[in-house]
Amino acid sequence: MNAIETTGLTKRYGQIVAVDDLDLTVPTGEIYGFLGPNGAGKTTTLRMLLGLTRPSAGSLHVFGRTPGPGYLDQVGALIEGPAFYPYLSGRENLRVFAGHARVPGARVDAVLRTVDLTDRAKDSYRTYSLGMKQRLGLAAALLKDPRLLVLDEPTNGLDPAGIADMRVLLRKLAADGVTVLLSSHLLAEVSQICDRIGVLSHGKLVTQATIEELRAGGTLHVTAEPAERAEAELIALVGRESLHANGSGFDLNVEPAAASRINTALVTAGVEVSELRWREPDLEQNFLELTGDDHVR
Amino acid sequence: MSGDLKAELSKQVHRPASWLLLVVAVALSLTFGYLVPYAAPDPGRGQDALLPGAFVGSAIGGLPIFIGGLTLIFGVLVAGSEYGWDTWKTVLAQGSSRFSVYGAKIVTVAVGTLLLMLTLFAAAAGASALVAVLRDQPMQWPSIVDIVRGIGAGWLIAMMWGTFGVALAVVFRSVALPIGLGLVWLLAVQNLLASVAAPVLPWVAEAQKGLPGPNAGSLVAGLGARTGTPGVEQLVGAGQASLVVAVYLLAFAAVGGWLLHRRDLG
Repeated sequence: MNAIETTGLTKRYGQIVAVDDLDLTVPTGEIYGFLGPNGAGKTTTLRMLLGLTRPSAGSLHVFGRTPGPGYLDQVGALIEGPAFYPYLSGRENLRVFAGHARVPGARVDAVLRTVDLTDRAKDSYRTYSLGMKQRLGLAAALLKDPRLLVLDEPTNGLDPAGIADMRVLLRKLAADGVTVLLSSHLLAEVSQICDRIGVLSHGKLVTQATIEELRAGGTLHVTAEPAERAEAELIALVGRESLHANGSGFDLNVEPAAASRINTALVTAGVEVSELRWREPDLEQNFLELTGDDHVR
Repeated sequence: MSGDLKAELSKQVHRPASWLLLVVAVALSLTFGYLVPYAAPDPGRGQDALLPGAFVGSAIGGLPIFIGGLTLIFGVLVAGSEYGWDTWKTVLAQGSSRFSVYGAKIVTVAVGTLLLMLTLFAAAAGASALVAVLRDQPMQWPSIVDIVRGIGAGWLIAMMWGTFGVALAVVFRSVALPIGLGLVWLLAVQNLLASVAAPVLPWVAEAQKGLPGPNAGSLVAGLGARTGTPGVEQLVGAGQASLVVAVYLLAFAAVGGWLLHRRDLG
């Protein structure tokens, strides 16, 4: 059973279509990166998943359940940044939310330990730094010991060490069987931690693939002189359709293992090879093209 | 709903603003119910209204206007702060239904206003006993039935204003605007209707009999509150007034619940 399945999920605000006919599938046990530029519809989708926003059309299932009583029993979430009562301490805030979640008070200390906030738990929430607030938000999301964790831009406000800690924590949760749906506009963040990525642009899911699938399809880059002779040799070796000349040399659509054979053939033909390098596909460029936007970094 | 109720009560118990409202309500009630009349007695009435036998009317006399305003603020804070701090999403992500959380908020307002009524009655009883001692008057208390009836009526009115605040908070999805508009209605519009429009426009005078404030005023007047206190005037009988106030309470609660259920949050 998939953790999340949406079919034709749509949200309209008047004439504006924020989410358009979205078919999203998040397999159980994976860390799924929900990627897209600001305004692509990521948060609206997550809000619909959590019942905060009503869909205009379409259906959604979480672990096979449709919205209704018990729908969020196995779901923890942190949406659009942490939101707590400023006059309460971190621990008091979590106790309040433990009441709403109907979980024992003992879970409060457990999740405070998980996010490493025990030392500051007695302090008023209003005195917390942005990073501490974010960690408290994650603690609230973990109160129910969820099977699915929905996190919207969870590293906002965290310093590099905090981001690394968050990454370690999410990997640990995933190893324990928790499915994580993580939205971000940061390609680097998502590609480092996620098993699978869905790219949203202008409310539409433009691609959904594993990281391995997205990284597949690299090219062998060759720089050699004289260029005309090198080109003729390469066409003979790999065929014109597998060769792409550019300003700095040639990109060949071949397997990485072909590199030594091509090098030997060029040298034997009297061509001087100055560079022979395997190039991974440019994920960033791919995403910019997919989203038609330059906000993805 | 028990988990939600526990959570909602915890939010208000730990909130300094809730206790500040209680302190202000008691201070205002004692100041205008006892201190000022004691320091500057009304020649036409004497000080019988300050003695224990009349403490029920003194305890609930402020509910049509200023104590009502404070309970309205309490209602707005209970519901509106979730919008102000954007905490609805954190609450509802825990899996509670909107209906359950809203119901817990209404019960929290009921508990808060009951505490307010009990405190006001205790304070008024204490103040009236002090006046009796100072004036060397006998301690003649109202019957238990009259006291319970007074607490019940006061609670009903306080709940009505509290749910008015909850409904305004849900309608405007904020804190400041609902408090501002609610207080303008309570403190200004009601008084203008009663003192400016009603005397010259018979239909306004008649329409007042269906408005929440005049019915609250009629109810407390019927239970012994001094007429002449702002908002206290017996326009209708206590029975009708109780019914109208109860209908407004239910209507405000229903409007807030319906809107919260059908709207998107955030």
